[in-house]
Amino acid sequence: MDFSFLSDPRYDIWGAFWVTVQLTVVAALGSLIWGTALAAMRVSPVPVLRGFATVYVNIFRNTPLTVIIVSCSLVLSNYLGFVLASRDSTSFIKDNNFRLAVFGLIVYTSTFVGEAIRSGINTVPAGQAEAARAIGLPFTKVLALVVLPQAIRAVIAPLASVLIALTKNTTVAASIGVAEAALLMNTMVENESDKLVAVFLVFALGFVLLTLPVGLVLGYLARRLAVRR
Amino acid sequence: MSVLYDVPGPRARRRNLVFNVVFAVVLVAVAVWVLRTLDDKGVLNRAQWEPFTRGDTWTQFVLPGLRNTLKAAGLAMVIALPIGVLFGVARLSEHRPLRWAAGAVVEFFRAIPVLLMMVFASVLFTKYSTVPLGNVPLIATVTGLVLYNGSVLAEVFRAGVLALPRGQTEAGLAVGLRKGQLMRSVLLPQATTTMLPTIVSQLVVVLKDTALGGLLLINFVELLRTADGIKNNYGNVVPSYIVIAAIYIALNFAVSQIARLLELRLRRGPRASLAGPTDQMTPTLPGGTAATGAGIGPGFGGVA
Repeated sequence: MDFSFLSDPRYDIWGAFWVTVQLTVVAALGSLIWGTALAAMRVSPVPVLRGFATVYVNIFRNTPLTVIIVSCSLVLSNYLGFVLASRDSTSFIKDNNFRLAVFGLIVYTSTFVGEAIRSGINTVPAGQAEAARAIGLPFTKVLALVVLPQAIRAVIAPLASVLIALTKNTTVAASIGVAEAALLMNTMVENESDKLVAVFLVFALGFVLLTLPVGLVLGYLARRLAVRR
Repeated sequence: MSVLYDVPGPRARRRNLVFNVVFAVVLVAVAVWVLRTLDDKGVLNRAQWEPFTRGDTWTQFVLPGLRNTLKAAGLAMVIALPIGVLFGVARLSEHRPLRWAAGAVVEFFRAIPVLLMMVFASVLFTKYSTVPLGNVPLIATVTGLVLYNGSVLAEVFRAGVLALPRGQTEAGLAVGLRKGQLMRSVLLPQATTTMLPTIVSQLVVVLKDTALGGLLLINFVELLRTADGIKNNYGNVVPSYIVIAAIYIALNFAVSQIARLLELRLRRGPRASLAGPTDQMTPTLPGGTAATGAGIGPGFGGVA
């Protein structure tokens, strides 16, 4: 098989995968924070918060990520003027599209994080929360000090699946022109269609290498940190 | 009543009321701001929405797109199910080479974004097959969906079989069934039943992933792509995306609800829980598989 395209200066494969990694890391952090907040809202004593989080999760979990990211660019940014970078900057389009993609990924992925954490809350025995209330802790402390630490340790494995899905989902950013791996592969298979299989294998290997360690490390952590009951 | 907080007393009730009001005000403020922005841009004008009151917008753009989306999702699911059964069973085989080969294939296709597989299939069929060019977009989309979801379903069937009590296998062997018979008439039917909610929620993943077919080289005119036609004709960007997103949400929400009802029916005996029913009640998939590391429950498919 002919892998000569690897040294072709037109194709910055490392650079493209670096963008994929950046999208993944930033969106993962954002989704973890917003997803935890959504889970907390769904179990809170405030009905408006519960209702908001439920509606939010049901809407965005059932919308294709492609619809979310394309709308972020065409509707939010181009049409309604919601921009995430300085318009004077020379790299405005590039930065804005990257950030809009991250924004869309967070909007979507946080619903899965939220549901995972909520199912983790279900694995915590009721006695834990009852004991916490019995010593006089208010709801926020019951959740933050007693329930969530145990819940998150129980759902590291499902969260790892969400993170792996997120890594693969970053390819959807190609739909708004973010120069990540899928967009580069699209260009390359178009130009080098005689080396189609080789190009595909390189990119497939890239994603296997990105997702494999995540699964292994978090799988190990999930076993290490599981709450023994 | 949740066990996470006490029955509110007078002070807590007052505080919750304050939170309720504050948050409701924030939500209303955001809604007002969004509506005003939309109004400033003329999105709320009757002219922007008028195309959707006319039949030809639907028969020319939306419905053909929806038909393509449903066709791709349906084909993908129908092809992926038997492939999933085949590979799931192969991964449980007593023959090590078969088990490993099936495992390698499943893990490989689960680790790769669906979009890459669709792009690959698109070029493959265009350049190296005699498939009529007009059919390539549909076939490429379905190929990508089948490769990924076949692998996921293989894991689902395997998890279903592994979750069955050992006694089922032992009883089957005791009455003299051969391995194939045991799998066909004892294990698979039960595994399919317990995993039915997961299988149905996988359909949501497939439906959402059909939207990838409109991207890059693949060029499949599914529901999302029809937005291009509508907005080019009528210049109504925002209403087009709102209507199309609403169709996806309604469709997927309905399928999710079916999965949830199946789940509730299959679950025996109510179980006390802190946060109410969630998607995580069917047996999770066996952990430790290389590329994905951990089990996936329904709802964890993600897009790519």
